[in-house]
Amino acid sequence: MPQKLWREPLDAQKTKLPKAEICIITDLCKGCGFCIEFCPKNVLEQSEQLNKKGKHPPEVTDESSCALCGFCTAICPEFAIFVVEKKGENNVGNEEKE
Amino acid sequence: MKEADLMLKHPLAKYLRQERMPHIWCEGCGNGILLNSFLEGLDELKQNLDRIVVVSGIGCIGRAAGYINVDSFHTTHGRAIPFATGVKLANPNLKVVVISGDGDLFAIGGNHFIHAARRNVDIKVICANNFNYGMTGGQYGPTTPLGSWTTTTPYGNIEHPFNLVHLAAASGAVYVARWTTLQVRRLKNSIKKALQKEGFSLVEVISPCPEIFDRYNKLGTAVDVMKWFKLISQVKHGYDPAKAEVAKNKIIVGEFVDIEKPSYGRLLREMTANVQDKLKGEK
Repeated sequence: MPQKLWREPLDAQKTKLPKAEICIITDLCKGCGFCIEFCPKNVLEQSEQLNKKGKHPPEVTDESSCALCGFCTAICPEFAIFVVEKKGENNVGNEEKE
Repeated sequence: MKEADLMLKHPLAKYLRQERMPHIWCEGCGNGILLNSFLEGLDELKQNLDRIVVVSGIGCIGRAAGYINVDSFHTTHGRAIPFATGVKLANPNLKVVVISGDGDLFAIGGNHFIHAARRNVDIKVICANNFNYGMTGGQYGPTTPLGSWTTTTPYGNIEHPFNLVHLAAASGAVYVARWTTLQVRRLKNSIKKALQKEGFSLVEVISPCPEIFDRYNKLGTAVDVMKWFKLISQVKHGYDPAKAEVAKNKIIVGEFVDIEKPSYGRLLREMTANVQDKLKGEK
């Protein structure tokens, strides 16, 4: 979220930013580090743990700042990470539609 | 949630043969990104998977045909395009995609490539260009840049490389694009565009080869190579392909050619129909 808004958007009460759920299949990861390096929001970080292959998979530091751009999903050569939208309490706009 | 269940929840899981995952490519290899972009393109186009055929030749990226859950051929070295031409002419309803490497398509298969482009056979070629023969240990090939080190050029390469986009454009391809593996979204859009076009299309994907080519040339890790791509690639749509050589300080990327031309298959079918009509008239 931006720290300071020039003016409040008209639908600020109705809509909220979608919340992301980042799924990492740790044992598929080969530790290339593309998702960590190229995440525009710097949500990911190399973890201390080793996976089955002996590599350090990424771990999520701050899921709430993820903007759901899906770049990590697109750039992962191993199909080991993907982002889905969290359903439920977070998205007021979606609930109204339902 | 268990790892195996998570694997199946991946949005592209249905396009992959899960029993063959994980793939054999090195960490940081661009082939996985190419495969990812291709599958995302297929997913967005909502193609009928029974109508897609993937043909690949020999090389690291040749394994892609085995990983994609569509009808696929893994052909002999350099002969991916002849196989694909045969598939397309035998069943014009199929969409035929050739996913292969620079060594396969432009060294041993070079003549097949230029003649398929000249005839404008309706196949889509996606070429992973990693500047060397990665699978066999990093020998120099027709795309190795001048002065690069490989296992067979220990004092630097003295041969001038092919400019693949210029070669394809000069041979008569209707759609020619080049992207690096960093520009995943644009690459996906290019693949989508190529799939929808009639005629011979080439999408060249400049890909890192961190274990072999990048190591011999001291380019650093795969992340360093991707950052280098980010630094030196310039997007120029409609640029003259003759001037778009891959250089150490500049890679011109973008869509170079996008024209319309009747394809070989269409002309062949029209010709066959005409001749058959004539023969009926003579009887």
